[in-house]
Amino acid sequence: MRTSRWWTVAGVAIVLYSVFPLLWMLSLSLKPPSEIVSGTPRFLPAAWTFDNFTEVFSQSLFTRALINSIGIALIATLVAVVVAMFAAYAIARLDFRGKRLLLSLALAIAMFPQAALVGPLFNMWRGLGIYDTWLGLIIPYLTFALPLSIWTMSAFFRQIPWEMEQAAQVDGATAWQAFRKVIVPLAAPGVFTTAILTFFFCWNDFLFAISLTSTDAARTVPAALAFFQGASQFESPVPYIMAASVVVTIPVVLLVLAFQRRIVAGLTSGAVKG
Amino acid sequence: MSVKADDMTTQAAGAVSVSERVKGERRLGMWLTAPSFIVMILVTAYPLGYALVLSLYNYRLTDPGGREFVGLDNYAVILRDPLWWNDFVTTLAITVVTVAIELVVGFAFAYVMFRIIRGRGPLRTAILIPYGIVTVVSAFIWRYAFALDSGFVNQWLNLADFNWFGERWSALFVICLSEIWKTTPFISLLLLAGLVQVPSEMLEAAKVDGATAWQRLRRVTLPNMKAAIMVALLFRTLDAWRIFDNPYVMTRGANNTETISFLAYRQNVTLVNLGMGSAVSVLLFLTVVAIAWVFVKGFKTDLSQVRGDS
Repeated sequence: MRTSRWWTVAGVAIVLYSVFPLLWMLSLSLKPPSEIVSGTPRFLPAAWTFDNFTEVFSQSLFTRALINSIGIALIATLVAVVVAMFAAYAIARLDFRGKRLLLSLALAIAMFPQAALVGPLFNMWRGLGIYDTWLGLIIPYLTFALPLSIWTMSAFFRQIPWEMEQAAQVDGATAWQAFRKVIVPLAAPGVFTTAILTFFFCWNDFLFAISLTSTDAARTVPAALAFFQGASQFESPVPYIMAASVVVTIPVVLLVLAFQRRIVAGLTSGAVKG
Repeated sequence: MSVKADDMTTQAAGAVSVSERVKGERRLGMWLTAPSFIVMILVTAYPLGYALVLSLYNYRLTDPGGREFVGLDNYAVILRDPLWWNDFVTTLAITVVTVAIELVVGFAFAYVMFRIIRGRGPLRTAILIPYGIVTVVSAFIWRYAFALDSGFVNQWLNLADFNWFGERWSALFVICLSEIWKTTPFISLLLLAGLVQVPSEMLEAAKVDGATAWQRLRRVTLPNMKAAIMVALLFRTLDAWRIFDNPYVMTRGANNTETISFLAYRQNVTLVNLGMGSAVSVLLFLTVVAIAWVFVKGFKTDLSQVRGDS
């Protein structure tokens, strides 16, 4: 059908829409700082250089921020997924008072203005001694990641045929074997997708990162990027920041490439499967 | 689905065992969801209450001795200050513009994703990339594209020395552009979810009845997508209202591009003016409540759809 080709053309246009800014980021990261202030900016670099990348990794500012980001995001994701898993199981399988309340609370948290919390959390965290620590960031990340985690996982869990667990037991498996060999493989994709979405959320946060940290003890990459002045007084920080950005974007692109189907299914609560 | 089928058979054993099972289920449900409840409430309700209390004081962290109770004075000061209303207008402008454009463009993207046959996988991958990119990174990318020293935009549009970030509305234009680029894909996925659920028999019937593509869109597709559109609209509006990352990185709020969230941040963290800052926080919270209330009342769509239990 000829019309199907038009949709493919439209698709290509959308791909360009998504990729074009990334190309710009890549181009800037390969430019030497001198080219930025040369007065004649162009899209593509006049002279390629990987110096910006070596510079990024030789400075503790960025490597420290990267460690903070990875560590905090991983821990927050792990805890969020476990907590959400319990709640999602309960929502998908059990009937209890408070189910509506929990879901309404999750909705309220998703709508909550995080900027309203920076003042009190700043004061509270200082009093508790967790200001400028990993824990100080993990706690708010956990809170604001829970709604999406709970929704995504309960949507996945609702689609699991739980009767198969009983069927396996009828066939002679113990309760534990039934759980391990039947339920776990069915639940794993949902848990995994939720973990990815939660990780993206923690990786991306900026407001809490700049409000609840002050040194590189806990400062994550978005905050470090925003505060970066330049490798030296006289050099434009642009290529450095873009090189750091490329490094931070690569894991995201890889995750999306590998798990596109799962992520789409997660974000559309299972409506769009692949 | 709960395992209620068993209840029928156990009823013969006596009414006591039925309620025992139900009670056990309820207890388990509460235990499993307790951690979520605790975490969510503790980190939002308690600090918010704390902010409410702080907002009744004149309290700068840099002058702890000067802390004194002033009642609602902070609120009066804020609501009379043109800076607050300026920020309000900025935030409103960003919200209306970005949401309107994203709904239209997002729907177009959703429709392409719906109809495309060859290249479906790569398209979906490409759509997800802006979603995964760190907002600060996106802000830097667009800022450097429009900046005088590093950007190519002025060259491509032959604009010589125009400083995009030197004036309010041109700076807001770039902020909106970055925001739209990044979040349209997410909206398009939400709309796609609604699109795939439109019953195809209805569309077929409309086609048989002679409706044009445009009529089918308006009369069949869109009305059946009402819930999905409402969800997308609600979340996008609130996200846009709370915008922070893009204005911070692009202009630091200069030239009247400050948003309400930014004001809250500046008062609380930069100026550590905790009394006034807390009042701004409470006002910000109230505006969000107002918007959510308008949506729920205005759209009358069943809240359970939005909450996710259907």
